[in-house]
Amino acid sequence: MAELAVEGLVHVYREGGIRAVDGVDLRIGSGERVAIIGQNGSGKTTLVRHLNGLLRPSEGRVLVDGVDAAGLTVAQLARSVGLVFQDPDRQIFAGSVRAEVEYGPRNLGMRGEALGSAVESALAAVGLEPEARTNPYDLGASRRKLLALASVLAMRTKVLVLDEPTTGQDERGVEQVRAVIAGAHGEGRTVIAISHDMRFVAEAFERVVVMRAGRIVLDGSPERVFRGDAWGALASTFLEPPLAAVIGERLGLGSTPTDASLIHALSGRNAGAPPSAG
Amino acid sequence: MLTLEAVSYRYAGATRLSLREVSLTLGEGEVVGVVGRSEAGKSTLCLVASGLAPRTLGGTLRGRVLLDGADSSGRAMHEMARDVAIGFQNPGTQLSGVATTVYEEVAFGPMNLGIARDEVLRRTESSIDALAIGALRDRDPDLLSGGQQQLVAIAGLLALSPRHLILDEPTAQLDPAGTRLVSDAIKGLAGGGVSILIVEQKVDLLAGVCDRVIALDEGRVALDGAADQVLRDPALHAMGVAEPSGVRLRRLASEAGLAPEVIAGALRAEAWSSADG
Repeated sequence: MAELAVEGLVHVYREGGIRAVDGVDLRIGSGERVAIIGQNGSGKTTLVRHLNGLLRPSEGRVLVDGVDAAGLTVAQLARSVGLVFQDPDRQIFAGSVRAEVEYGPRNLGMRGEALGSAVESALAAVGLEPEARTNPYDLGASRRKLLALASVLAMRTKVLVLDEPTTGQDERGVEQVRAVIAGAHGEGRTVIAISHDMRFVAEAFERVVVMRAGRIVLDGSPERVFRGDAWGALASTFLEPPLAAVIGERLGLGSTPTDASLIHALSGRNAGAPPSAG
Repeated sequence: MLTLEAVSYRYAGATRLSLREVSLTLGEGEVVGVVGRSEAGKSTLCLVASGLAPRTLGGTLRGRVLLDGADSSGRAMHEMARDVAIGFQNPGTQLSGVATTVYEEVAFGPMNLGIARDEVLRRTESSIDALAIGALRDRDPDLLSGGQQQLVAIAGLLALSPRHLILDEPTAQLDPAGTRLVSDAIKGLAGGGVSILIVEQKVDLLAGVCDRVIALDEGRVALDGAADQVLRDPALHAMGVAEPSGVRLRRLASEAGLAPEVIAGALRAEAWSSADG
């Protein structure tokens, strides 16, 4: 049974009548790591907000573990699906970093040692342990964003949904986010993320869903979605493959969406040749 | 011309300085990129250069900020705003919150500066064109996606027609097409003599638009030089700052024992790697 199933989903915003999601079918299995990409305004955020009930379908339905989300409250869905907003300031409100991270799991009924360890491990995952007593607004924007991630991680939901988790992060921050995703994956949790960072998408996810104008136009592995024959479809939603994929294709190395896969393919090709004089 | 002379800045209530002895000149038509790790002082530099710090934010500033050679410390914020515009990372901070359509939002800034109606309309149209948001002109800014709001916010800045423009991660939420529109807009403004200071994590964008790049580390200027020099400097990677994609791939290839020319040819042929000539 799929953990999440979106069936014939349409979402029309009442104000303005914009059809932001226009017929999406998507099944995401337990433990999958799925990136959702697409141009600005293609419906990515609208789609994922249905997964925890923040938005409700105009048509179609969303099933969480086989149960129609229409019959579940946001509070009930929050036990299964944790959503981290793009803008951390939409969710941060507590007076200290620890209180902020405690709020979610406490609301789910966690207490005592279970609560303490959920909070500690979430803070450790994003490198904010030394800042436990700091006021969130004394952190810079990039660390507030990691704090928002920690506060959802601490709820230990089976599904994590991250809306543009790497924006505003420096190189190390992006690595931290990748480590969080790998860790959640290791625990068998499902991770879904929206991103415009194609390198991050290729390196941290095993499946890429491409949206255009409220619909899914491509769905497959990074090797498949960033392969030369898919570039036309990518370009139709104003996306470009990672540079490693472009170079791999130019050099006839096959699909090399990540830096590591490109370097590996180059090393393999050179292995048979005499060592370079350079 | 906008000049910072040995500027140090401490936020109100903070124990440490966020900027330390930063000197920087932004010449007419010059585009200067700023890179650095998180909390290296990049956003603070934007706030100081725009005049918001300390005028609106309080805190303590040492050193001088000069506009066209004149000390700006006596100018009130509304007087600074005529010459220097700032775009924030989060469009939610930027948008007026009072406009009911994208068109009104873009026109809001120049209207507020008391500019003649015909000129406001002309600027609004051309800014909407520059960022290709014509299809959104009658939409409510509050109901747009984050990336669309970011484009609208930047159009609003263009419509101000500032002589100096400070941009703090203007493309954080933008897709590659939106990023390119912003990049083209920056080049167009610089061509018209506007001085631009731009903070970005997307170093590939900086490589394409900047004349100069400075790297901040713990509030100090750690590197300062021609964009192609600084963006290739190995110190950047050591500092924890992302390198342009082409530079990174060449480094990885060399670390793997591959000859740099293995991918150099492919990079040169590639329009995507604007960092590499």
